[in-house]
Amino acid sequence: MAVPSAAIQPRSSIFSRILSRWSESRNALGFGFMLPAAALLLVFLTYPLGLGVWLGFTDARIGRPGIFIGIENYEYLWSDAVFWLSVFNTLLYTISASILKFALGLWLALLLNQNLPFKSFFRAIVLLPWVVPTVLSAIAFWWIYDSQFSILSWALQQMGLIDHRINFLGDPENARASVIAANVWRGIPFVAITLLAGLQTIPQSLYEAATLDGASRWQLFRYVTLPLLTPIIAITMTFSVLFTFTDFQLIYVLTRGGPVNATHLMATLSFQRGISGGQLGEGAAIAVAMIPFLLAAILFSYFGLQRRKWQQGGGD
Amino acid sequence: MASVAIGEVYKSFGAVEILHGVSVNIEDGEFVTLVGPSGCGKSTLLRMIAGLEKISRGQIAIGERVVNNVAPKERDVAMVFQNYALYPHMTVAENMAFSLMLKGVSKPESDAGVHRAAEILGLVPLLARYPRQLSGGQRQRVAMGRAIVRDPAVFLFDEPLSNLDAKLRVQMRAEIKELHQRLKTTTVYVTHDQIEAMTMADKIVVMHDGIVEQIGPPLELYDRPNNLFVASFIGSPAMNLLRGEIAIDGSPSFRGAGGFSVPLASALSIPNGEPVVLGIRPEHLRLSDDQGIPVTVAVVEPTGSEVQLIGRTAGGEEIVANFRERHSFTPGETIRLTAEPGLIHLFHGETGQRFQTRADQ
Repeated sequence: MAVPSAAIQPRSSIFSRILSRWSESRNALGFGFMLPAAALLLVFLTYPLGLGVWLGFTDARIGRPGIFIGIENYEYLWSDAVFWLSVFNTLLYTISASILKFALGLWLALLLNQNLPFKSFFRAIVLLPWVVPTVLSAIAFWWIYDSQFSILSWALQQMGLIDHRINFLGDPENARASVIAANVWRGIPFVAITLLAGLQTIPQSLYEAATLDGASRWQLFRYVTLPLLTPIIAITMTFSVLFTFTDFQLIYVLTRGGPVNATHLMATLSFQRGISGGQLGEGAAIAVAMIPFLLAAILFSYFGLQRRKWQQGGGD
Repeated sequence: MASVAIGEVYKSFGAVEILHGVSVNIEDGEFVTLVGPSGCGKSTLLRMIAGLEKISRGQIAIGERVVNNVAPKERDVAMVFQNYALYPHMTVAENMAFSLMLKGVSKPESDAGVHRAAEILGLVPLLARYPRQLSGGQRQRVAMGRAIVRDPAVFLFDEPLSNLDAKLRVQMRAEIKELHQRLKTTTVYVTHDQIEAMTMADKIVVMHDGIVEQIGPPLELYDRPNNLFVASFIGSPAMNLLRGEIAIDGSPSFRGAGGFSVPLASALSIPNGEPVVLGIRPEHLRLSDDQGIPVTVAVVEPTGSEVQLIGRTAGGEEIVANFRERHSFTPGETIRLTAEPGLIHLFHGETGQRFQTRADQ
């Protein structure tokens, strides 16, 4: 009995020695802890992204692995009017919805930052549009915008403001405005609550000092609130822009890109061409074409954050 | 510059009354400290002068003008906050110029004003820095600079030194006092530190639980505290307070717990057997051979300049004595301590109010 245990002894001690050296090495241990997260990111983010980029350079279709065709997909898109329309739509959608979300969100955050009765109740209510699954709220909006049964049309008619029902989703201009309004409704809570968190980090004594220094309400906002909130605004609006730019669900439920492609965003067009139309390569190319825009938004945020250091006088 | 008159001021937050009728008169150019333990309402009173808190009842006048309904910015007061409240996104110069900019003062004029204040406070080399790049003392100075630039009628300080370390606190204390002597602006200074109050003020207002306990020059408060609270609050180490009663046996004396007696000044009109509290400052106690309070030595702390002794009376009450002479004591030994009858304070056993002695008149 003693012989085999003696034979096992050296092996297990080599193993435990390696283990102990690993556990004492800062780098090895750090790498070990990073591994699960890194694996998740590689499998679910890097691989699909890489695959998407690769597919964009092929003529893959559903059920047929494609062959490398260089930038042919992009050449085709370059001369495709519908693609350019979707780029225009996406920019219009993102810019107007983001501006509205920022303005209304900031206004709401300022209201919620005051000492209102039922403050926490209102704060919870405000979060609702954000909490409800997008598809559900999109379906609700679908009814609100329905050409026959729209409650909006009904209400306006009852008030005597319009003669006949509004064709919310059937008219290109109306459809664009409608999906933007739905997106704004859904996106405001994120902006409002994040900015509210930012507002609450501004010390009360700064407002008191500025009040004694002679600042009016507007000057308090202009010289204290706004500059101190800028870093949070930069982050919040970057995220908001990213969410809006890549929006898919709302459009897909409400209009599917119609009427006559008037509300087609790059994301919905990519889905339509790639999955519904089966042209995986072309769909992937459209999706890849979104990357430069998203990078631009992230760079904007990066420089927004740099400004924060300068503002607070760090990096001396 | 202006005087400040606080008349019968009350303050309630909801159902809770914080200030119960406070009246203080502050002369033009005077340096007044509001001192008291945490929660006594001193900061609230200061904020009411500034206009940051509403006055529930009573009135506050700055100069000739009642300011109850005057907006903070119209009151011509400048405040230095405990956490300095410097605008983090502005340089020192911009912080100091902020109020001038809001007032619409021209750039060269405001630059000159900032420079003048910066020179007084030694801030000139720091004008381009951000608050984050400054030390605690420098930030404190910028906060004062911001107040000076405005040339207000009244300076308000809300515990401005409590975020600084002990050494810097002593230094800034002297700087603030010097500044006041130079500018002669009416100053109201809130602190919980009685040493700060004693060293800086022309007049101290001792507050406790929302009422004023006593108002007077520092040494008057020290020499003739109105009641037990002021007696125990002002002075460090605190006044020794011993419980006992009056015994009149020919001449009046104090009989303490444990049976010892201390002779009192003869012209005393307190009835025999009245319960009283005897107060003696540690530095007024001296050694005696045969009479006085028997004290068992517990701890001896020589500091070089003086010897501090902590002992216990036969009744178990703690007693502290300071001697300029370098006596040596052994812990456990029993000594006797007495004081001049004229330096002894007597307080009512129940109300805690001071009995007038002959020295008071």
